[in-house]
Amino acid sequence: MNNTYDIIIIGAGHAGIEAGLAAARLGCRTAIFTQSLDAVGNMPCNPSIGGSSKGHIVREIDALGGEMGKVADETTIQFRMLNLGKGPAVHSPRAQVDRRAYADTMKLRLEQQENLHLIQGEVTSITHCALRITHWQVTLLTGTTYTAQCVILATGTFLRARVHIGQHNHQSGPDGLPAAMQLSDSLEQLNVPLQRFKTGTPPRVNRRSIDFTQTTEQPGDENPTPFSFEEPISTRNLACRGGNLPPEAIKLSQTPCHLTFTTEQTKQVILANLHQSPMYSGIIDGIGARYCPSIEDKIVRFADKERHNLFIEPCGLTTNEMYLQGLSSSLPKDVQHQILQTIPGLEHAEVMRPAYAIEYDCVNPLALRPTLEFREHLGLFGAGQFNGSSGYEEAAAQGLMAGINAAHKILDREEFTLGRHEAYIGILIDDLVNKGTNEPYRMMTSRAEYRLLLRHDTADRRLTPHGHKLGLISNERFAQYEAKQAQIEQEKQRLASVRIIWQGKSATLFELLRRPELDYAALANHDPERPALPAEVITNVETDIKYEGYLKRQQAQVQEMLRLEHVPLPSDLDYQAITALRIEARQKLTAARPETLGAAARISGVNPADVEILLLYLKKK
Amino acid sequence: MPNPTIAAIATAQAPGGIGVIRISGHAAFDIAQRLFVPKKPLDYSQLRSHTMAYGTLHDFPSPQNQPFFDAYEAPPQVVDDIICLFFPAPHSYTGEHVVEFQCHGGMVVMQRALQAVFAAGAQPAGPGEFTRRAYENGRLNLTQAEAVMQLIAATSEQAARAAQAAMGGALSQAIDQTRAALIALQAHISAWVDYPEEDIPALQSEEISNILQTAQQDLHALIARAPRDNLMLQGINTALVGRPNVGKSSLLNLLAGYDRAIVTPTPGTTRDTVTETVQLGNLTLRLSDTAGIRHTEDAIEAAGVQRSRTALAQADLILAVFDASQPLTAEDHELLSQCDSTRTIVIFNKCDLCDISASGGFTSAPTVPLSALHGIGIPALTQAIEQLLNTSSFNPNEAMLANERQRVCAQQALSAIEEALTAHQSGYPLDAISICIEDAITQLFALTGERATDVVVDEVFARFCVGK
Repeated sequence: MNNTYDIIIIGAGHAGIEAGLAAARLGCRTAIFTQSLDAVGNMPCNPSIGGSSKGHIVREIDALGGEMGKVADETTIQFRMLNLGKGPAVHSPRAQVDRRAYADTMKLRLEQQENLHLIQGEVTSITHCALRITHWQVTLLTGTTYTAQCVILATGTFLRARVHIGQHNHQSGPDGLPAAMQLSDSLEQLNVPLQRFKTGTPPRVNRRSIDFTQTTEQPGDENPTPFSFEEPISTRNLACRGGNLPPEAIKLSQTPCHLTFTTEQTKQVILANLHQSPMYSGIIDGIGARYCPSIEDKIVRFADKERHNLFIEPCGLTTNEMYLQGLSSSLPKDVQHQILQTIPGLEHAEVMRPAYAIEYDCVNPLALRPTLEFREHLGLFGAGQFNGSSGYEEAAAQGLMAGINAAHKILDREEFTLGRHEAYIGILIDDLVNKGTNEPYRMMTSRAEYRLLLRHDTADRRLTPHGHKLGLISNERFAQYEAKQAQIEQEKQRLASVRIIWQGKSATLFELLRRPELDYAALANHDPERPALPAEVITNVETDIKYEGYLKRQQAQVQEMLRLEHVPLPSDLDYQAITALRIEARQKLTAARPETLGAAARISGVNPADVEILLLYLKKK
Repeated sequence: MPNPTIAAIATAQAPGGIGVIRISGHAAFDIAQRLFVPKKPLDYSQLRSHTMAYGTLHDFPSPQNQPFFDAYEAPPQVVDDIICLFFPAPHSYTGEHVVEFQCHGGMVVMQRALQAVFAAGAQPAGPGEFTRRAYENGRLNLTQAEAVMQLIAATSEQAARAAQAAMGGALSQAIDQTRAALIALQAHISAWVDYPEEDIPALQSEEISNILQTAQQDLHALIARAPRDNLMLQGINTALVGRPNVGKSSLLNLLAGYDRAIVTPTPGTTRDTVTETVQLGNLTLRLSDTAGIRHTEDAIEAAGVQRSRTALAQADLILAVFDASQPLTAEDHELLSQCDSTRTIVIFNKCDLCDISASGGFTSAPTVPLSALHGIGIPALTQAIEQLLNTSSFNPNEAMLANERQRVCAQQALSAIEEALTAHQSGYPLDAISICIEDAITQLFALTGERATDVVVDEVFARFCVGK
């Protein structure tokens, strides 16, 4: 038995999966350890992938050769493009997925991956290798030891995890899986700075106990846009179902969700029972998310709001379990029942799994470099919720980046990081490692300064060349990508050359498309020579033309940002000695140790005057 | 490595009652200790803010602090009796330790004192370096730093008051207000795009227009009054024009209060452009007495005439002088046709020699009868200028754009806001609009220097005179 690997990954959730696949695909001998092989790629919270800004991340992962988007496409049971009423920058793909099918498909993907070993076993300690100081030794509960040059911590919400339901609480990981109680001790011995976070999940109820007549149906899109740039959704989707369904069946397979809402009575029940919520009675030390708040949080914080939307979402095609999005809670089980009784359609809902809150150990991500390697521990990486983030997509993105960088370390290749102007993934990691977070970090479109450049439909244009260069995108797929880009360019040129008479004046189609009131479809009758193009090519062409002026403006903003981004800050810079900096700025900079002046400028508590001082200081040196 | 300690003569480089040497930096107190012998003992380790001491300033090294003093052949000389002021960091102009020596203001004494300070370890201060350090240490923002320069350069009481208001933050406050409204709008747009499920109310189209329009109006007003504000801050470039021998030079001399120009009865006496800064009530006129514009064969005079035409084109104000005692000539009419009537005041000189009312209807520009010889008509002229240039509405306490850099930033912010408005009105989504708003915010940050590039900072500070 060979217990030596290039890279060991602790955890087989969304971060661990992408890390393992990327590392193995880049040629490293890789092992993923998980407590339970039945929980690989589990979705302990919402049965969906994507959503506002998260959908962008999934497409970026796909453009870099990751797996999340493909498996989501294969196992989706409803697809919707969110925010269609808003601008193109915030259009965001989202898929309900069959969580069992997703987990099974993903597990098979790992099992089939060359160089990758998926092993069941709880890691209880990680130490420096006694014989080879550049290597790490990982010990399982059973005492078996493994060594590797790089270790990626992707432990999710399992470390010293505690589940809270009302005043009751017990040691447990998510979905009834056991907590990992020992690994934190080992990390503390390494002086890894841990913090305690909390997150929660809503109840699951039985479909047959819901009165759907009182709810509003939320159908899927008629023409779904897949996450993956690789091939059309239909073939994958059908292949996954194992049948030869006709095209119309795709539409049928768009299982509906349902919308209901909280009422005045819901509010009364919650307010009367607030003292039983561990959040409010102070049992949970962990800091909860502002962005994915519990229903009790929402009722208290938005007291003037009459009602809150609740979405009833199927957990899969082979189960009656329904997920109640928007009803995350840590109130006691009986209060949860009372709450459901006040909600139209859910009056008789039968709870199968109660809502609960979970608190867990994670790292303060300021200890990480932009490659997600620990600044103080060479070869040790963090990814996913362990790094203080929230969400499957954020986790997968970090896993991918940590996997690539760990592999590059072993292969002695250049570090791979993405800028804030290149990808939401870049923003995610830049925020985590430079600003840190004191609550589970969730991606939002407003965190992106250059939203219009970071549209979901441009993820391939932004990142596929990177993915190809890394070796995670095949030559065949890269050729497909180049063909698509050529199509986009050709169509733009064609539109610029076709002149028509519009409202009595001569204009090119390109010029007409610039007008906000006109779109590509509206001009169809005036454009007989129009070639048949894939929907996404049209979207690209149309948005590029319509927003040309704004895209240029945004590009100029990027150039201005890069000015500071290209100024490196020495890693041994003694900020305390730069007395011209304000004290708060000195402390924040010392904690985060940003690698560039641009990163320093984004740290809250470092104001523009401090940045100028740093710039002047560096010039003088 | 801390900044070197710097020193310079902070008062004008000319003989004066007193002269001040300013020293700033971590070693400022050490340097003072080496050179200054107080009359009463002074505990340097316990200096309170704004301490003042009387004593003598010596050549370096001072006898009290130089243990090998006896080994010197001649004891260090007393340079001057001085008052020494101490400002411990951070409660000083620069935010560093600052010492000021108040010496007797003779040129030789000051130079000698400064040499002693350099010998004791200070380095010469670069242009604007004291103020630059104040900026770097967060004692001033960029517009305030610029205001310091403005105050030093102020030639009138009004300009000085305006500079004072800018130092107090009049401009930064006005800009902050506009910027805060834009930032709030950005925040709302962000919240709305981020929460698809939370039915956050969409901003009403009118609301967005209102916010943008208010910002547009505020910036527009600031930019629109900048030319007038500039006249008050920098002085009014005034061209004195007229046919030869109508009395332009007499008028200049009257305004200047002494015989600045040579006055003879011979036409064409003034050949070069004579300039003089004069005060007229609250106004500062930078007067150019030009060669009389006439057709001439004399090459030198012709060059002067050409200069006059240039002065005419560039002037903020044209004082067109005519001889009221004689009928207007064709040349007079031609001259007048060259003057932009919105910038011109017609002066009928020698009004004591005739009845002026006959000249009515001659021009649409305001007309002022005046006698340069007898000093009649100056209050009427002052009033006419104030009316023409709208300077009486000038309020020195108002926010104003004091220089080209500030004007460019404000103008760019305004264009970005206008682009946002256009985008909004023509139906572009908030994504596009917020890009423009972001640009406007960035420009406004640059205006107050909070996000100014180092290039801008260098440029600003390069314009300071040494000693400030």
